[in-house]
Amino acid sequence: MGIDNIWVFAQVADGEPTTGTLELLTKARSLGTTTAFVAGDAGGSAAALGDHGATKVYATGDLGGALPGAAVSAAMQAVIDGGDVPDLIMFPQSYEGRDVLARLSVKLDRTVLTNSTDISVDGDSVTVQTPIFGGTKLVNSTFTGDKPYLAAFRPKSFAAEGGAGASPEVTAAAVPDLGGSGGATVTAVHVEEHSGPKLDEAAVVVSGGRGLGEAEKFSMVEELAKLLKGAPGASRAIVDAGWVPYSYQVGQTGKVVKPTVYIAAGISGATQHMVGMKGSKNIIAINKDKEAPIFGVADLGIVGDVHKVMPQLIAALEARD
Amino acid sequence: MNVIVCVKQIPDPAMPGELDADNTLKRDGKLILDESDSYGVEMALQLVNTAGEGDVTLVSMAPNEEVSGLRTALAMGAAKAVLVSDPALAGADALTTAKVLAGAVGKAGDYDLIIAGTESSDGYTGTVPEQIAEVLGLPSVTFAKTVTVDGGALKVDRQTEAGYDEVTCSLPAVVSVTAGVVEPRYPSFKGIMAAKSKPVETVTAADLGVDSVSWAQQITSVEDAPPREAGEIIEDDGETFNKIVEFLDNLKVI
Repeated sequence: MGIDNIWVFAQVADGEPTTGTLELLTKARSLGTTTAFVAGDAGGSAAALGDHGATKVYATGDLGGALPGAAVSAAMQAVIDGGDVPDLIMFPQSYEGRDVLARLSVKLDRTVLTNSTDISVDGDSVTVQTPIFGGTKLVNSTFTGDKPYLAAFRPKSFAAEGGAGASPEVTAAAVPDLGGSGGATVTAVHVEEHSGPKLDEAAVVVSGGRGLGEAEKFSMVEELAKLLKGAPGASRAIVDAGWVPYSYQVGQTGKVVKPTVYIAAGISGATQHMVGMKGSKNIIAINKDKEAPIFGVADLGIVGDVHKVMPQLIAALEARD
Repeated sequence: MNVIVCVKQIPDPAMPGELDADNTLKRDGKLILDESDSYGVEMALQLVNTAGEGDVTLVSMAPNEEVSGLRTALAMGAAKAVLVSDPALAGADALTTAKVLAGAVGKAGDYDLIIAGTESSDGYTGTVPEQIAEVLGLPSVTFAKTVTVDGGALKVDRQTEAGYDEVTCSLPAVVSVTAGVVEPRYPSFKGIMAAKSKPVETVTAADLGVDSVSWAQQITSVEDAPPREAGEIIEDDGETFNKIVEFLDNLKVI
């Protein structure tokens, strides 16, 4: 009884567990015995997974071009049917995490709770917390049915901490024949080149929005980000408008960022955007509309024209170097 | 080529959201077509147009037999719709929604492809398209940023954390499309007039053979998030960039 056997959906890139994986493992080990279920080849990641709390590791091995949703959920079900039944499976709110969670929920006929930022366990009862209305309200939801409980968590909900000192064995969890659901195959992989720090890991993020007026003006955002050794980001509005690639998007459907400084230039602060940047330690906003919601979360708000303030700021910073 | 598009009708996101007494989202007012579904409708219309034959059919689940949002998508050019409206489904979870929509797909006729948005703008659980695929035993490609059909196979550029993957997939299949995959058209006046007489079949969960309409989760409480301390908001006088420099200096990021 109680919640003891906890699985974490784990992703490994270039032989290292992703930050999101380590965050969930750290939280999971504070709740019970933790297993990492690696979607793909575990490579040499067992030590890092163990250091963050995994005492057991399953790995599907290379997926051979299959998309993870159908493949990894089938591998998970096979292990569960084999008798290792978890009480709780924690997924990251990532592309792959969402797809595997969705397929598994149908296979096991279990409800899902997603977009959560916290979890609490009381005996057999598991409650997750989800921010709504742009993070102004927090909803607590409890699982009421049979285990395993399935939940997905936003990036940066928990801090990743090593030192658990486990040295887990890696057990193969093969992907069974997928039948009709296995018809999708990856034929080519494209990696977008990035210079500078990653958007979701940068200490400084400078984001631009519709207030920039036109796509060409995004160069101001990139220039300021470079001067501050940070990463450029964007609101959904200008990603949808095709000014910058999707990988720049900060918000509900994009990246969650928690930098030391977040600078919002020409962004009004739609709920969709605020969810992705509200956790920043310091927020600077520049917007000409003084009623813009972004000023509600800004530590320093400049009511003014980005086309005037940004060039002045860039010139001042260049003069310091 | 026949394409089914899953569309959601939601409270206007420009208005502040409200909760009902049971803490689920208040949906009893007028509902509009979720903007993130307009991309799927447009994609479907373009695919059918390229194929030179076939129809776009909508499936939706909404309270009070609401059709306002469906009419918008019909005015864009979809041919017909199946609407599931059933008080028993109020507050349904994503799994139940997926079972219901998969049932509605069965009412919508033959299809080659099912398109959905990656997530709704109001509930944003983000699992329904992939759940529908699993219920129907179909392959799926999520987070599509381009979609083409070539010689009976689907070709998709799928968004990833690092860039994108090229994916091929057999048909029939389920695809979820990101916002920005295409530019949704505005309904023409002619389209709006024509939409008024396009068929909308309204059914209940029981009509679809979905009889277990319960979900294993409960909202136990809703609380206010701790407010952020109010910051310093100043009007630009041509010198405020110095305030930003000072602020950055104090944080030692420059």
